[in-house]
Amino acid sequence: MSLLETKPQPTGNEPTSVGRQFKAVCATLAKHGNQPARLIPILQAVQDEYDYLPQDVLNYIATALGVPPARVFGVATFYAHFALEAKGKYVVRICDGTACHVKQSIPILEAVRKKLKVTAEKKTTPDMLFTVETVACLGACGLAPVMVVNDEVHGQVTPAAAVQIIEEIQKQEQAAKDGAK
Amino acid sequence: MIMPNRITDLIADNATGARRVVVCAGTGCVANGAYKVYQAFLDQLKQTGLTVAVEFRPESMFEKTCETNHNLESGHGSLAVTKSGCQGFCQMGPLVTVLPDGILYNKVRPGDVDEIIHSTLLKNQLVDRLLFVDPATSAHCKGTGEIPFYQRQQRFVLRDCGTIDPESIGEYCANGGYEAAEKAFGMTPEQVVQEVAKSGLRGRGGGGFPTGRKWEAARTQKNAQKYVICNADEGDPGAFMNRSVMEGNPHSVLEGLIIAARAIGANQTYVYVRSEYPLAVKRMKKAVADATARGVLGDNVFGSTLSVNCQVMEGAGAFVCGEETAMIASIEGNRGMPRPKPPFPAQSGLWGKPTIINNVETLAHVVRIIRDGGDNFRKLGTATSPGTKTFALTGHVANTGLIEVPFGTTLREVVMNIGGGVTNDAGARTGECFKAVQIGGPSGGCLTEDHLELPLDFDSLRGVGAMVGSGGLVVVNKQTCMVGMARFFMEFTQRESCGKCVLCREGTKQMLALLDDVMEGRATLDTLKLLEHLATAVQVGSLCGLGKTAPNPVLSTLRHFRAEYDSHVLHKCCPTGRCKALRKPEIDASKCKGCGLCARKCAVGAITGEKKQPHHIDQEKCIKCGVCAQVCKFEAVVGFN
Repeated sequence: MSLLETKPQPTGNEPTSVGRQFKAVCATLAKHGNQPARLIPILQAVQDEYDYLPQDVLNYIATALGVPPARVFGVATFYAHFALEAKGKYVVRICDGTACHVKQSIPILEAVRKKLKVTAEKKTTPDMLFTVETVACLGACGLAPVMVVNDEVHGQVTPAAAVQIIEEIQKQEQAAKDGAK
Repeated sequence: MIMPNRITDLIADNATGARRVVVCAGTGCVANGAYKVYQAFLDQLKQTGLTVAVEFRPESMFEKTCETNHNLESGHGSLAVTKSGCQGFCQMGPLVTVLPDGILYNKVRPGDVDEIIHSTLLKNQLVDRLLFVDPATSAHCKGTGEIPFYQRQQRFVLRDCGTIDPESIGEYCANGGYEAAEKAFGMTPEQVVQEVAKSGLRGRGGGGFPTGRKWEAARTQKNAQKYVICNADEGDPGAFMNRSVMEGNPHSVLEGLIIAARAIGANQTYVYVRSEYPLAVKRMKKAVADATARGVLGDNVFGSTLSVNCQVMEGAGAFVCGEETAMIASIEGNRGMPRPKPPFPAQSGLWGKPTIINNVETLAHVVRIIRDGGDNFRKLGTATSPGTKTFALTGHVANTGLIEVPFGTTLREVVMNIGGGVTNDAGARTGECFKAVQIGGPSGGCLTEDHLELPLDFDSLRGVGAMVGSGGLVVVNKQTCMVGMARFFMEFTQRESCGKCVLCREGTKQMLALLDDVMEGRATLDTLKLLEHLATAVQVGSLCGLGKTAPNPVLSTLRHFRAEYDSHVLHKCCPTGRCKALRKPEIDASKCKGCGLCARKCAVGAITGEKKQPHHIDQEKCIKCGVCAQVCKFEAVVGFN
């Protein structure tokens, strides 16, 4: 599902779209019996749906569970996996666990950031295609250094190979765009 | 009270004995294309017309693709292709094992499948080029029995990882699975705890607390509601032992959990898995569903009046949740922040009820202890650290992967013999590049060449300022800066500090800043003094294990690599050349041809010189970007390593 379709619109201009989105949240809440104790699985499911946690959805969840929004917000900001901002279509995660680090994962990160013109603060490209982040350890240390694009793991990556992987995705996206025209 | 024939029923589902092709489907091999190899086997075997069991699923056993089985000289009735969990030898993946022959092929590509089928399966011939070659003897090794990496290990927790199909409860039972759980339900809870206490099993998650004592504390609590949590939140960067066990043999973890529940009288159990391990999550969930469907979990387990339920919960990316009380807070749906102990979780844990939290590996050991007895468990390992321990061997070592050795094995045996020696940055194995081993991750310390004969166990490691931790062993070579290594862990703990204790929250931040001073040439000897002082303060002033152990990598590198720190501080020089700010690029006048390329490419105009004369770098202006070294065709720019 595309990101733009699922991004909740706070205005009432598109009632069907808004209704559908919150329906998914409601279904998740119901599945977990509206229990505040199930807050983390609820947020995980909601994030699977939206790719991130929009603020109005967090408020909605707080109201539905009968807890202060601060508690929901507190949990959402505590855990590294919850994103409060939309991410790109391709999430590029460079493993910086110990094994990857000693095998020079930082030059890979720098090369990818340079290629996509992103930084540690501004992680997502303006076209919403790529988000670049680091991850503590993916447990694939035998293949260090590791880079993951969405769910695809690339092992024993070099800065040049990483840039090539990005270029291939860019080519694919460009081809799809041209094809759509 | 034992329900008759339950276990044998499960086994009957699973008439094995056939020839099997096992494709390793651990994270490492999958990343290297194991699924494509698996698919290639299925497709090509179909074309060959051999009888193939696609997967050991109880409901579709031995799905036949051909009416007759022919050409199989081994005489076995049929052939099965299955996936397994991590076999440990990750660097050589994808791994394909042919059983019962015990042939191990490594680095198998889909293009190799045809040859394996036609040579090995049809003609019983080895495909030499896919066998492991022992670098020491250049001999081709047929199977795990001949490969030094496996030969020198003693695998118990990992025994079935890599041979059985982790997604099949039937296969687990056929290999003696759930017998121990059944036995535990025939014993009194007291007897179960006593057996575990007798074994001397110590928690494998890092602390090394005696499991029997933990269980006894929870068992004696008078409370109708108790919980058991399996700690599978393996956050230590550079460690993947728990992931491999869950991926390779999830039922063994579940069985340990059931035994623990029996021992303390709990009816609800949780498995808290970190969500960076999607495959482990999937396999644990399937194991729970299958076990529930077969009545191993649920009400009236093993014919008793007791219930044991299990829920798999995914973490959300917080290292601190590996700490017991933080994990409890997380399961309760809160921020994962630790609380003071006592009361210990065994007295008041999840929802205020008695709770025990055991590591994945601890629970897997429990199964064997109950099955074979506590005394048997003590046969391996040392008196105070009995049994075996899995280690994730990574970093600059020839054979990276997952290993299991008895406690007391020396560091030399692990790194040099099982690991196959240390490699340099180019990946070549050389004799002299061993520098250190970081053990125990961000909570542990480093071991040096002087410690190569040190037996690896809880107490001797503690004696030298390191710890077993969860079992991550990261080998680093001489090209690695130890100050940089300490900084790496400091950055990690600083980021992962939950923020509750001031000294952990602010202290780690300041320690990181001091390390930056060292690495960027601003430090004096007072900086090192302050660093040590602050490290002690953080240890004392933090509530949980994260803060208490966060300064360990700094203290340990200061202790063993003081000269390297001094070089950074006194001479503003990083011996490895890794610290960018301390690099002093110079132009070797004997090599410089005076082409002027570097001067033109230098962004800050730091390079000057006459044409056809050796050039010079102005250190004041230089920003150490390294462009000059990259563009020089004569390798005349030195100092960038």
